[in-house]
Amino acid sequence: MEVFDPVELPELLKLYYRRLFPMAEVMEAGSGVGMVKNYFQHREFSFTLKDDIYIRYQSFNNQSDLEKEMQKMNPYKIDIGAVYSHRPNQHNTVKLGAFQAQEKELVFDIDMTDYDDVRRCCSSADICSKCWTLMTMAIHIIDRALKEDFGFKHRLWVYSGRRGVHCWVCDESVRKLSSAVRSGIVEYLSVVKGGQDVKKKVHLSEKIHPFVRKSINIIKKYFEDYALVDQDILENKESWDKILALVPETMHDELQQSFQKHHNSLQRWEHLKKAASRCQNNSKNDKCGPWLEWEIMLQYCFPRLDINVSKGINHLLKSPFSVHPKTGRISVPIDLQKVDQFDPFTVPTISSICHELDVISTKEEEKENGAESDIKHRTRDYKKTSLGPFVKVFEQFLENLDKSRKGELLKKSDLQKDF
Amino acid sequence: MQFLGGNRRKLRLADDQRNACYPHSLQFYLQPPSGNISLIEFENLAIDRVKLLKSVENLGVSYVKGSEQYQSKLEAEVRKLKFSYRENLEDEYEPRRRDHISHFILRLAYCQSEELRRWFIQQEMDLLRFRFSILPKDKIQSFLKDSHLQFEAISDEEKTLREQDIMASSHSLGGVQLELESVYKIPFADALDLFRGRKVYLENGFAYVPLKDIVAIILNEFRTKLSKALALTARSLPAVQSDERLQPLLNHLSHSYTGQDYSTQGNVGKVSLDQIDSLSTKSFPPCMRQLHKALRENHHLRHGGRMQYGLFLKGIGLTLEQALQFWKQEFIRGKMDPDKFDKGYSYNIRHSFGKEGKRTDYTPYSCLKIILTNPPSQGDYHGCPFRHSDPELLRQKLQAYKIPPSGISQILDLVKGTHYQVACQKFFEMTHNVDDCGFSLSHPNQFFFESQRILSGGKDVKKESVQPETPQSKPSVQRSKDASSALASLNSSLEMDLEGLEELLQ
Repeated sequence: MEVFDPVELPELLKLYYRRLFPMAEVMEAGSGVGMVKNYFQHREFSFTLKDDIYIRYQSFNNQSDLEKEMQKMNPYKIDIGAVYSHRPNQHNTVKLGAFQAQEKELVFDIDMTDYDDVRRCCSSADICSKCWTLMTMAIHIIDRALKEDFGFKHRLWVYSGRRGVHCWVCDESVRKLSSAVRSGIVEYLSVVKGGQDVKKKVHLSEKIHPFVRKSINIIKKYFEDYALVDQDILENKESWDKILALVPETMHDELQQSFQKHHNSLQRWEHLKKAASRCQNNSKNDKCGPWLEWEIMLQYCFPRLDINVSKGINHLLKSPFSVHPKTGRISVPIDLQKVDQFDPFTVPTISSICHELDVISTKEEEKENGAESDIKHRTRDYKKTSLGPFVKVFEQFLENLDKSRKGELLKKSDLQKDF
Repeated sequence: MQFLGGNRRKLRLADDQRNACYPHSLQFYLQPPSGNISLIEFENLAIDRVKLLKSVENLGVSYVKGSEQYQSKLEAEVRKLKFSYRENLEDEYEPRRRDHISHFILRLAYCQSEELRRWFIQQEMDLLRFRFSILPKDKIQSFLKDSHLQFEAISDEEKTLREQDIMASSHSLGGVQLELESVYKIPFADALDLFRGRKVYLENGFAYVPLKDIVAIILNEFRTKLSKALALTARSLPAVQSDERLQPLLNHLSHSYTGQDYSTQGNVGKVSLDQIDSLSTKSFPPCMRQLHKALRENHHLRHGGRMQYGLFLKGIGLTLEQALQFWKQEFIRGKMDPDKFDKGYSYNIRHSFGKEGKRTDYTPYSCLKIILTNPPSQGDYHGCPFRHSDPELLRQKLQAYKIPPSGISQILDLVKGTHYQVACQKFFEMTHNVDDCGFSLSHPNQFFFESQRILSGGKDVKKESVQPETPQSKPSVQRSKDASSALASLNSSLEMDLEGLEELLQ
């Protein structure tokens, strides 16, 4: 694979936007059949240009206008915002207070940096295969809840390009949800509470809510390999002291001693579980039995959501297939059937696919000489690069969304008796 | 609504028409009433509902909401005022109609300020909660349906399928058997307060809510709708207020005091000026005690204080001559020129006794009036200490009045819950050594009257000591002789009035 050099970004982007960005598909997600008139025209886009110049309230009449602008401006980052009451690019002409964000998909952002207190391999913007499992678990847990608890059908998970994942929930019923309900959903999905100054971030009540129970069951599948092997959270005194901080004081001495005698995290964890089931505790805040075990597992593995991203209707989020300016990686959709196999280190970078395109084009020029339109070129172009499979996932998502919208329309027209 | 002057016969509807208007004993007041109503009925309905809501408030702080005592007393109140409360009773049309109309009339009065709105919404919510709690199970579903709430009770099979999950999610269920509880299936977004804290089971976009929690949701809905409605009402208020038949009533309604006015107690001239100092520490409510102290210390009071205190003194029996003497003496001590007093202040005193100008015999202010109107600013001493004092200052004042710490914290808790009059009742109880003051405080003169009653042996006291200790009273022998003789004469006049007052204070 071609190594990505940020210096080359402008050139690469030019090519990317002209030949590779799956414009039609992304646009379709934003507009589409049955949407309110002017849906696309009222959608906000923002561009981040070279040298961190940030332009908000961009809006366009149609796909082709957006394309032209992208090719002209060559943005490093493209964000998608809300659908407003008026065209965002005219918002200055609107009477004060009348320009309002009206609808937007429900979005989530999960960032590896938020787990720095519980991962030993990396910190800050770095990720590796040992900690990526956190994202895998997060996707399983959150997606299950969005689907089974909330009944959301159209959920798109996207790799952010560096250290996390985003989720776009595009159900029709969701777009108009108020900020309060969005916050409520994030609250429902939150279990780990507290900042740097809080040691024990998970407290379970005696009754375990089905959401929590099902999430624990998902974590159980990964805990041994992730926490006890890869992260090795009970490897040495320094690391197991952190776990002991989550456990009642009365157990500390015994555990310190027995941990010394065991050889690895697996053994120590088994011992801890046994010790927890034996302990009798009178204090209200300290728990014993399986609750203790679960609290530790949740603190180390449960997803951490950024509420600010989800609650605002006007919040902007990076567009799928956007390029990450620091890593060069493309924000590709994640196939929900293959979450466990997703490897962020094999995600194509802009340099690699531009290179692939070069190779392909040279070969093709040798084959045919026909003058075909750019667009036709493009529809075949990305399909031939490693971007292809990801675009397929996206297309499938859109197809389902479309079917569902058409189904709604039919229902509505039946009710109105339109023929 | 149309308003007619004078009396008019009400239109009589056929029975089934009447039932169709009000299918239930409770409602969400979504539609305003239509039809004609006389001004007299308009006023009476409004006053009755204010009485009801005040009872709701009082009972709500005197008893645990939902307890047997609370429920039975509240039911008695509602029945007494002839408002609807229970299904399956005879002749329910009239009480329901009264309930409907009176609610909407009060919206006009209580939309006018944030504080009034909050109070109104709180009492209306408590009333609705009570009525819902006595609704029979089979009526609940039809009531919800008629109110256009999308709440469907799920079948027993559906319940059993999800039994574990529902029990594990809903704290309100405790150890109850699920078969006995109704569970409702509602869109998750309608149960925001429940699902955000994971207090309810969610499945496929629906929340499975047990009956107890449904009540919370309904009340929330009600509060939101009423809040919006009040905001809208406030906007259209100017149009209503321009109707000169309604304006005076609406202006006074929210400040209305619906009890004794203490304007003439038949004890005129029974209090002598030299008793006032000792009376202020023994029998004055804190608001008047504070005013008296400020007057003695500063030899002056501003207008608000003069009105509030002056009328109170009139209510306890000061004559016009005594009042003039009292104020003049004090103001002169403050180096005021006697002529200036005669010119500027005596006119106002005579005016408040009804001897000047309009010759309205002004009535002493009720607690509501003191609490809700004319808040004190820097340099003022009027108002209600429980309402207008900073909690820390209030604590200090109570400590200075020698209230024990447990009493102080009880009082401060009541203040925090905005139950100012109940806090004052508590103060009364502590300073007079009784467990239960036996009355619902709504007027400073009532405080004085009740205090005098106890001190003259008219009521049983809890402890042995008849006279409570107060730090400020240093009665000289001479003084106490005068005081007891004054008290004795007060006694006789009090006894005369006792009977009538008892009835009114019920």
